[in-house]
Amino acid sequence: MPIHDQGYRRYGGNKVRTGTGWMVIARAGIRTMVSKKAFLGLMLISWFPFFVRAVQFYAASNLANIPQASLLAPSADTFRQFLEQQQTFVFFVTVYVGAGLIANDRRANALQIYLSKPLTRAEYVLGKLAILMTFLALVTWLPAIVLLIVQIAFAGNFTFFKNNAFLFPAITLFAFIEVALASSTMLALSSLSKSSRYVAILYAAVIFFTQAVYGVLYAVTRSTSFSWLSFSANLSQIGDVIFRQPQKYDTPWPVSLLMIAALVALSGVILERRVRGVEVVA
Amino acid sequence: MAEGDPVVTLEGVTVTYGTNRALRDVTSSFAAGAVGLLGPNGAGKSTMIKSLLGFIVPERGRLRVLGLDVAEAPLEIRARVGYMPESDSHIPGMNAVSFVAYCGELAGLPRVDAMQRAHEVLFYVGLGEARYRNVETYSTGMKQRIKLAQALVHDPDLLFLDEPTNGMDPKGRDEMLELVRDLAHNKGVNLILCSHLLPDVEYTCDSVVVMDKGAIAASGPIDALKQPRGRVYELRVKTADDLDRFVERLRAAGLECKQADEDVMRVFVPGAGGAQQLFALAAADRVQVRHLRPSVPTLEDVFAHAVGEE
Repeated sequence: MPIHDQGYRRYGGNKVRTGTGWMVIARAGIRTMVSKKAFLGLMLISWFPFFVRAVQFYAASNLANIPQASLLAPSADTFRQFLEQQQTFVFFVTVYVGAGLIANDRRANALQIYLSKPLTRAEYVLGKLAILMTFLALVTWLPAIVLLIVQIAFAGNFTFFKNNAFLFPAITLFAFIEVALASSTMLALSSLSKSSRYVAILYAAVIFFTQAVYGVLYAVTRSTSFSWLSFSANLSQIGDVIFRQPQKYDTPWPVSLLMIAALVALSGVILERRVRGVEVVA
Repeated sequence: MAEGDPVVTLEGVTVTYGTNRALRDVTSSFAAGAVGLLGPNGAGKSTMIKSLLGFIVPERGRLRVLGLDVAEAPLEIRARVGYMPESDSHIPGMNAVSFVAYCGELAGLPRVDAMQRAHEVLFYVGLGEARYRNVETYSTGMKQRIKLAQALVHDPDLLFLDEPTNGMDPKGRDEMLELVRDLAHNKGVNLILCSHLLPDVEYTCDSVVVMDKGAIAASGPIDALKQPRGRVYELRVKTADDLDRFVERLRAAGLECKQADEDVMRVFVPGAGGAQQLFALAAADRVQVRHLRPSVPTLEDVFAHAVGEE
């Protein structure tokens, strides 16, 4: 008898309403990443600057009798700098987690499996986006917020927090913009290829090439008004505005914000075109 | 949807890829049970399935699956159908049981139920022993089975099977056909089997829809389609002249001729003429009839007739 087990039976339970598929995708993606030792190592390393800052805050609060301790005193700029330092890890986590998110599904023809389930294309993209955004939030927003709590704990009072009440929303807003920009760009690039390696190279090229173009224009003109061409400079400009710091570039910040919004919108358009259950070559 | 209603209906459906018209004003219905969707490559079978799943939006026309309009309720439809795609498809980096359970969760099963059904379904399709292996290490036959498992895990009311025996060895193919037949006839699952392999359809299905060049060429219960509107004979002749001339003469007389071997042919004689007409034509052409046997029409005859093949 060729059938190994005739035990197929009809399902009598209740099915979950539609609209929750993105959570299933996000949960599975997060579980898959967390099971990788190399990735856990990367996440651990990404928290190293947090510990350095925590020691700094401890020294500033508890070694007040030493004159040099005042140099270590935290300010809004400290948090701004911390998030800027984390950009290196944002890059590596984005490449590690994001490059294969859609590219691997395209390689394995998984899109037709996903989209044959009660799942919209938007839910699929949202699920994939949630995976990357979760990990990026873990290397940007979470350590910065914990750092703020650590500062309060070491200082033993809320003085710094009250004097810089804008820091919590500033950290949240900047981290969100940074994470959303990196995630949407990477996801769009991931949908363009079936090779995650190629996607990783493409993402690095986008980051470095835009910075290089700006660098060349700066070298020629000695003006920072072309900073809107650079992926990183736009983010930096917005960061300075959010953290109420002097702006580094001549480009008006609304232009930088517009560039970021345009990049996110372009990523949305690419995803809309590329995430389909069937590839039609007319 | 009332009992006896068709599970799928298409009304004037036209699908165009650029300048290529894949479906041409197709109007048809698929009865409950097992229905074969037959047609040569490029006939529009896969396009039809993908339109029914909502992957492709038709230029014109209306599609209904399980009584629901594809344009209005695609998610409700997909929650109730299972799709086994033609090409190799899996979710990368997962073992079989995780993959099938994941598909179950995506289809709306609670996590615990999805895992339980994944184990059951994997045993059912014959992958019980290999269920903890990464899907990427599976052979072609195993990949076909896992595609069936993921389509079945959420207990669909209707299954779309796109070339389910592709690339399988004869034993694996037989087993897959047994599974499909068992699902349709013993487990009460409606299914549409899309194939260009006539024996597969004939073995597993009760009805058939034959497509050719983006249009419906024939449809109905297989047994009814096989009822001859004339008679089919297996004929072997000896001729001093060219055999092709005799074949041409038969065709000119309105008989359908299909050469099965060098000198053996299957001849369809329409109407009541029967063997007498054949003998008369042979005598007139001075051809010796060496062998004449009434033949049972096969689905191949129906198919060839529908798509106008010789």
